[in-house]
Amino acid sequence: MSGKDRIEIFPSRMAQTIMKARLKGAQTGRNLLKKKSDALTLGFRQILKKIIETKMLMGEVMREAAFSLAEAKFMAGDFSTTIIQNVNKAQVKICAKKDNVAGVALPVFEHYHEGTDSYELAGLDRGGEQLAKLKRNYAKAVELLVELASLQTSFVTLDEAIKITNRRVNAIEHVIIPRIERTLAYIITELDEREREEFYRLKKIQEKKKILKEKSEKDLEQRRAAGEVMEPANLLAEEKDKDLLFE
Amino acid sequence: MAGRGKLIAVIGDEDTVTGFLLGGIGELNKNRHPNFLVVEKDTTINEIEDTFRYGSPRGPNGLTSLEQAALDSLLISPNRQFLNRDDIGIILINQYIAEMVRHALDAHQRSIPAVLEIPSKEHPYDAAKDSILRRARGMFTAEDLR
Repeated sequence: MSGKDRIEIFPSRMAQTIMKARLKGAQTGRNLLKKKSDALTLGFRQILKKIIETKMLMGEVMREAAFSLAEAKFMAGDFSTTIIQNVNKAQVKICAKKDNVAGVALPVFEHYHEGTDSYELAGLDRGGEQLAKLKRNYAKAVELLVELASLQTSFVTLDEAIKITNRRVNAIEHVIIPRIERTLAYIITELDEREREEFYRLKKIQEKKKILKEKSEKDLEQRRAAGEVMEPANLLAEEKDKDLLFE
Repeated sequence: MAGRGKLIAVIGDEDTVTGFLLGGIGELNKNRHPNFLVVEKDTTINEIEDTFRYGSPRGPNGLTSLEQAALDSLLISPNRQFLNRDDIGIILINQYIAEMVRHALDAHQRSIPAVLEIPSKEHPYDAAKDSILRRARGMFTAEDLR
């Protein structure tokens, strides 16, 4: 973890306001991401449950399909090589669409049929019914498997998305916000320090002024005692005013 | 971005492949490369792995799978066809074969093509070995501890 660093910024009241706003922004962002992560996790669990169910179902469907294959083999002989040789075009294809869950694009597979069955004439000599049943079973299995594959890809994609979102949440919570808080604390201490300095300076100046004042007063007293100082006329003293003719 | 018309590939024993071909998923592309591989008793692990990675037992430049594998171990990019073929959306693989090439499966992190493990006649489905569910198990134990 990187050391106790803060953002380099000149400490002033404006900087403090800016940092406060950034802190607020980071906290809001973190909360939003947390909500997103929770929503994704919820969807994730649902998908996982569905996957497990579908896999169990698939196990059974495959078993049934394999069974019907054995039956067909019994009736029609070994047709595997013929089938494998006569491949040309696929009738069942899938197309990948994008589904959106809590802001994450998930790929979903959809199967569609195209063209005709290239094995239409396959079981004509023997075991035609078994072969038809077999084809149906495997077609059903394919549909189920396509659904399972969609679930699986969504699962993997969601897993990645959740990891990324959690990483971001942690980054904001453990790196960004402490850094901003430290910067804020630094600015506040700097501002306090400056205030204290101002205060101290003022006090010193006041003291100096006081000393100067005392000194000048003392000086005045001395000079007065020595009789060098002429007092200015005092309006409030009750003395006869020479200029007044009638009193 | 909807991908048009992707195929389903199969890597399995003869019965599995036959069944799925009858289901209608088999195709030969323009280079006459099939989208399936029949695994017999004498199929080497390298061949399976190469098809999984490269899409056909022989690479496009006519080298055997072993030579191709040797060449590729020298190159940086390991993935070629089945996994890199953009016309394959799903790969179905029998579970016992998946066990043999488990490392190649685990190295595959992308979401498309999706790799699905299916049971075979002799080996019924075992959820403990499925590589996808194993990732989930990691999640679950953490949840239980909380």
